[in-house]
Amino acid sequence: MTSADFSTVLPEFLLAVYAMAALLYGVWAGKDKTAVTLLWVTVGVMLLLGLWVGAGGSGSRTAFGGLFIDDAYARFTKVLALFSAAAVMAMSADYMQRRNLLRFEFPVLVALAVVGMMMMVSAGDLMSLYLGLELMSLSLYIVAALRRDSARSSEAGLKYFVLGSLSSGLLLYGASLTYGFAGTTSFAGIITVVQDGHLPLGVLFGMVFMISGLAFKVSAVPFHMWTPDVYEGSPTPVTAFFATAPKAAAMALIGRLLFDAFGQVTGDWGQVIALIALASMFLGAIAGVVQTDIKRLMAYSSITHMGFALLGLLAGTAAGVEATLIYMTIYVATNVGVFAFILSMERDGQPVTNLTALNQYAQAQPVRAWAVLVLFFSLAGVPPMVGFFGKLTVIRAALSGGYVWVAALGILASVIAAYYYLRIVYYMYFSEEAETLDSRMPLVQFGLLMLAAVLTLAGAINLFGLEGAAASAAASLVQ
Amino acid sequence: MENLLSIITFVPLVAATILALVQHGQSEAADRNARWFALITTIVTFLISLFLLVGFDRTNPDFQFVEEYHWILGMKYKVGVDGISVLFVVLITFLMPITVGAAWIENRRVKEYMVTFLILEGLMIGVFTALDMVLFYLFFEASLIPMFLVIGIWGGRQRIYATFKFFLYTFFGSVVMLVAMIAMFVQTGTTDITELMQYTFPTETMTVLGISIPGGMQTLLFLAFFVSFAVKVPMWPVHTWLPDAHVQAPTAGSVDLAAILLKMGGYGFLRFSLPMFPAGASIMADFIMTLSVIAIIWTSLVALMQTDMKRLIAYSSVAHMGFVTIGIFAVNQQGIDGAMFQMLSHGVVSSALFLSVGVLYERLHTREIAAYGGIMKRMPAYAMIFMFFTMANIGLPGTSGFIGEFLAITGAFQAHSTIGFFAATGVILSAAYGLWLYRRIFMGPLVKESLKGLKDLDLREKLMLIPLVVLIVALGVYPPFITDIVGPTVVRLVQNYDAAIAVFTAGQ
Repeated sequence: MTSADFSTVLPEFLLAVYAMAALLYGVWAGKDKTAVTLLWVTVGVMLLLGLWVGAGGSGSRTAFGGLFIDDAYARFTKVLALFSAAAVMAMSADYMQRRNLLRFEFPVLVALAVVGMMMMVSAGDLMSLYLGLELMSLSLYIVAALRRDSARSSEAGLKYFVLGSLSSGLLLYGASLTYGFAGTTSFAGIITVVQDGHLPLGVLFGMVFMISGLAFKVSAVPFHMWTPDVYEGSPTPVTAFFATAPKAAAMALIGRLLFDAFGQVTGDWGQVIALIALASMFLGAIAGVVQTDIKRLMAYSSITHMGFALLGLLAGTAAGVEATLIYMTIYVATNVGVFAFILSMERDGQPVTNLTALNQYAQAQPVRAWAVLVLFFSLAGVPPMVGFFGKLTVIRAALSGGYVWVAALGILASVIAAYYYLRIVYYMYFSEEAETLDSRMPLVQFGLLMLAAVLTLAGAINLFGLEGAAASAAASLVQ
Repeated sequence: MENLLSIITFVPLVAATILALVQHGQSEAADRNARWFALITTIVTFLISLFLLVGFDRTNPDFQFVEEYHWILGMKYKVGVDGISVLFVVLITFLMPITVGAAWIENRRVKEYMVTFLILEGLMIGVFTALDMVLFYLFFEASLIPMFLVIGIWGGRQRIYATFKFFLYTFFGSVVMLVAMIAMFVQTGTTDITELMQYTFPTETMTVLGISIPGGMQTLLFLAFFVSFAVKVPMWPVHTWLPDAHVQAPTAGSVDLAAILLKMGGYGFLRFSLPMFPAGASIMADFIMTLSVIAIIWTSLVALMQTDMKRLIAYSSVAHMGFVTIGIFAVNQQGIDGAMFQMLSHGVVSSALFLSVGVLYERLHTREIAAYGGIMKRMPAYAMIFMFFTMANIGLPGTSGFIGEFLAITGAFQAHSTIGFFAATGVILSAAYGLWLYRRIFMGPLVKESLKGLKDLDLREKLMLIPLVVLIVALGVYPPFITDIVGPTVVRLVQNYDAAIAVFTAGQ
């Protein structure tokens, strides 16, 4: 390890060291007395790291003989993951504290998961890809089961673990096939083997297996089965975390693998991605219609949205990757806002997630109801909310890649999905009388909800530099 | 006055934001303030929009008052008006104070109600001024949200069903258009409407799923836009959301829905379909005219059998919009002039009718025709005004309704005499249902106890209805108010269309 290698991985290194130090400190201080402090310190550390990664560094550097790549694409995703993880933790503090859920392991595990995400989006080799992915996944399995006394939470954790292991197996199998036929695990090596559109059969199989394994992580159909149960069973803060940072990182990883290792054969994986995207959009849209629990609803919503995000990759161009990055950023920002609201849904101090609990919310809390309205219309892709522009860019990418039918059918799915987003509005605004939710909402949650709503509207006028950042990130991935 | 259009668009939106943020509380006084604030805003917007009418160069068929700025994702904020759109802007600003007047008596969530209407006004104006395709789509689609809320929150008993149906129908239509728009962008690299009008989309026959499509890409794009606009107009057989939405919407919502939201479809045909896809339009024109004739006759017959006043007028709207689509797809000077005239006139007449129904509904809280009868004796002024509006709706010479239908049917005769013939029967049918409705409500003996205490129009209602009467007569007696402004743009539209068709047929 040279000093250049070290300076390239410094952000990851620092966060990993911090996580371990925090773990030791937590053990040493005993019990969960320090958990609140630790959580806020972790939030601070992540925000600082995010600013540092975002502001510092330019160009592309590799470390450890190509295992680790630091380019604009990786930095973009890292900032997104760090900020969203920090936001989710900040808004969870109050919820977890009042339910005695806040153990010191939570911030530590989230920090480790984020280290994993940062590793994997920088992966330049199948080995570092797997290392990062597993670090993230293992941390996520544990936080899913954070509520040890709840059967549903344990079930969620276990289910996630078993299915996640299966997907890791698929990924590893694909990786070994690829290695066997390409003779190398580095992306740079693989891409020279598949040069000129020639793809050895074993590598093709390997690629499909790896896509399957990664599709599991973004909960794309047909690898989505865990999503609704895990979303519903996990404590809400954990659900919020699942819905944001890991999705963004896993989506970025798919882009990394497809373009860095298989960028020469876009036609081959294009069909696979098109199929997955189409199935995700439709399944998420149709199955979401009958949900009565807002967390399950958000699970199906995320399945649909992952389908849309994948559309951007289809184009196989820098513009397409840019579209996916913009889409994911908008998705994450909107979800942070929505989950800030879901965290505040309580009746007599107990969390409720039933949709009917929202009855007449607009009467009781007009400002918050307005913010939720804006966010859900944005998820539905109705202009002028920024979600519309996300859809616009990915569909533009799919069409320019020649996938006219996929784009057209995706649009149809978005109409179906609009129905369940509108149902939220229906409960809040149109329904008759009902017991109302508690009016209590901690300042952090309220602030994040309003911030997300205002950004969602203001995005129609100006994307605040998102375009430029996404464009340079995409340019660094697709040469 | 370079930013005149933006000012007109954003005054209501900014006012809505101010009202939403500043106004607090649920008191009587707060409600009163909200109403007056909204009324003054809409009147001020109307007065500003008169500058548009004064400054508009009637001899110039090009876009005027154009503004252009950079926007996100490679698109532009570009607005401007030509002869086709300028009058719609003025129609909106003219009708909005009246809408607020109709909304005056609502006492549930008054502030939100007024905010919603102000937002709606800004978005509707944006639809008619946008010169960037995506900007157009943004306003077109966003205007669904306030209407969705108006029907859903302040509507009648079946409002949930009606508002979901309204939203999903139109949303489906517009997303299909969105795909076409993006395909156009991929093809041409621009979203600027003026540039797209210059561009000729390929017309080579294409084969999709084994079906050979004459006119190729133009036909496909035309169909995608057609789905959206046909739902919006609405054309038979996708009109079924309209009666439901109208019946459940509050009076003020019905006014905006009938007067302006429906016109977005007709406007879209003139702005996109004819200039950009002439070959597609010429291939589909017969089909669309046939649908329109079916709509006129079918929905008129359906209107005849209605028991609910609002539903009857809603069906009559569908029939009258049938004249609009016939006029547009006749693609000649008379036809399109007629369609424009009919749209503007119907905007005024249908608002007047919905307002009139609202007058009765507010008194007795029923729209059943059978619940009325003989009320002429109790409400003479109202009976007279309603008679006048009925005549305008039928298309009596001297009212604005006559000019529009006459021109549209003339245009249709030139294109297809059969279509013109059948369309003309719609005029007779509209007299049948209009007069029969009038007879059942106003004439005969006054026997029902509930009707004996009816009061005639009050000042607010007169102030709402009289401007409409004046406008209907003025347009009916002196049609050049409209045709002078619309004319040059339509002449050029028809010329360009004929030229493009000549090239297309020569190529085949």
